[in-house]
Amino acid sequence: MMRSIRLRLFLILLAATGAVWLLAVLWTYVSTQREVERVLDARLTEAARMVSSLITDHHIDVAAAADVAQAAAAPEGFDVHAGDYIRQLSCQIWSLKGDLVGRSESAPTTSLADHESGFAEKLVNGERWRVYAVVNPELGVRVLVGDSIEIREKLVGDVIKGQLVPALAILPILAGLIWLSVGRGLSPLRQVADALSLRSADELHPVDDSGAPREIRPLLGSLSALFQRVEAAREREKTFIAYAAHELKTPLSGLKTQAQVALRSDSHEVRANALKQISLSVDRTGRLVRQLIDLAAVDSLDKSSASETVAVYAMVEELRGEMAVLVSSREITVESEFAEDLAVSVADKTLLRLALRNVIENALQYAPRNSSVRIMGKQTAAGTTISVCDTGAGIDEKDEQRLKARFQRGNSANTLGSGLGLAIVEMALTKLGGRLSFGRQAGFCVCLELPVSKA
Amino acid sequence: MRILVIEDDAVLLDGLKVGLGLAGFSADTVSTLSDAQAAIESDTFDAIVLDRMLPDGSGLDLLRRMRAASNRTPVLLLTAKDAVIDRVDGLDAGADDYLGKPFDLDEVAARLRAITRRAEGRATPQLTWEGITLDPASMEVLKGGDVISLSRREFAVLLALMENPTMVHSKQILEARLYGWQEEIESNTIEVHVHKLRHKLGATSIETVRGVGYRMGRQ
Repeated sequence: MMRSIRLRLFLILLAATGAVWLLAVLWTYVSTQREVERVLDARLTEAARMVSSLITDHHIDVAAAADVAQAAAAPEGFDVHAGDYIRQLSCQIWSLKGDLVGRSESAPTTSLADHESGFAEKLVNGERWRVYAVVNPELGVRVLVGDSIEIREKLVGDVIKGQLVPALAILPILAGLIWLSVGRGLSPLRQVADALSLRSADELHPVDDSGAPREIRPLLGSLSALFQRVEAAREREKTFIAYAAHELKTPLSGLKTQAQVALRSDSHEVRANALKQISLSVDRTGRLVRQLIDLAAVDSLDKSSASETVAVYAMVEELRGEMAVLVSSREITVESEFAEDLAVSVADKTLLRLALRNVIENALQYAPRNSSVRIMGKQTAAGTTISVCDTGAGIDEKDEQRLKARFQRGNSANTLGSGLGLAIVEMALTKLGGRLSFGRQAGFCVCLELPVSKA
Repeated sequence: MRILVIEDDAVLLDGLKVGLGLAGFSADTVSTLSDAQAAIESDTFDAIVLDRMLPDGSGLDLLRRMRAASNRTPVLLLTAKDAVIDRVDGLDAGADDYLGKPFDLDEVAARLRAITRRAEGRATPQLTWEGITLDPASMEVLKGGDVISLSRREFAVLLALMENPTMVHSKQILEARLYGWQEEIESNTIEVHVHKLRHKLGATSIETVRGVGYRMGRQ
């Protein structure tokens, strides 16, 4: 693959032009050859007949007649321009018995041809001849008129040379013109490149393709689309950062205020309380940070077409292990109620894991102390549903939609949640082609509905 | 000074209540808009610290409702949103001041003193009456150039009286200024504090209006 379009186009155009030229030369060669043959053959015929008729009428003696043929048949043009062509015609008159009766000055003494009549080519004394023979039965002679094939070829060669020489002289000029034209033809590309290179990293507006040639519009269109995607991704990032910064400010305020209280108060009780509050807030802020990272992870994971099979039991066990401290601190019993071989096929294991962890964590957080949380799995033709149920207050049906939005907390003023959990779950499930729903049959259930994998 | 703090973050709310208490304020706390509405309707506060985002709505809505109902209590808006547009929105909704999170406890206290001072139409932060000077920021009381040492509650009673020295303050109002609703009030507390203040500042420094309450006295 050549690196420069200009060089590539230049060479292609040059090769194509050269090929056309060569074809033209070939064609001219062939047609000139044919034409020269036709004209010169006609001349031979004419000269032979003339000689034959002259000697028949006894206007001229046989020996002189051969010279007449040469003089009469030489076309004027050849005479004037090239002396080489003058002595091209040779004439011999043979008796039918095989004696040379007469010949022109330029003719060899050996027979130019053996055939009876018509055209023939023969090698005489190392020279190739084209000879026309006509038999004069009245006088009993045979008239042979021939010319050198070499001269014929020289004639054709001269015509071709006349074409090739100017062509070769023009070739460098043509090459230069092609080079400049290609450069000029490619200037819209350079303009686009210049315009793009002048852009700052923030300038992600679409490329203006109104003035662009049709050929590069698809490229510009793709570029604009890419810019759009990059901009959307950056916008998401910006929103996320602003969002994260914003959400961290309140817990930070709490930490700072409590720290200041602890520093200022002389009372042991007040200080102890402040420190307890700080510890509580650090836990909560830690969870918030982790959820923010989860959210960013879910946000950035793209739908992939691949599918992974996940053993639900193992995943739940792993998550339970991670949350063991929370489970024991809140004295909650966790029960897994599904077949150990329950498996789901999902596009991305991480997404399912994030969704499941947040749902289980939510349940552990909001379930009443010393209660139980049940994790159930159900496989149907439509897909797999994993439900996490607790005996907590749950959420009002009217709050459901609102809760899926980022940073909305339940109204029950349990302020331990960041309000991010369900947003993460919903986003992850959507990316997996599934759905988040709520159930209220056995306590409050959050259900992860996963579709049957197409794979 | 009695302050209502409306904030949904439990840790911050607790910190503000205790911290403002240490700075000489008496803070009542609520964490939802509906509780705040109820508190504002049933009680009078010297100032309100209002968080902008609350679980049941925007603090700005409460602020607009308050102003629409001609409630002129000074409001300090606390918020994590501190872009210019957010500050403008907050001030235009009727806030007297604006503080972005995370803030410094001293700054909250100073701003509360400033907005209450402006609400009372005073230019200088110090309150003076008949040779007694009270500085709410440093919680310092001077009489004739001498620093008088007061307990926090004595200071709070004196502050309430000196904010409106000629007005008679009922015992109930002083009690309300002194405590949050949650705290139990011993029946004779105000009398005890007034007694101690008279002892430190002079017998005529506080005048008893029999059957009505107390006001600052003429020397």
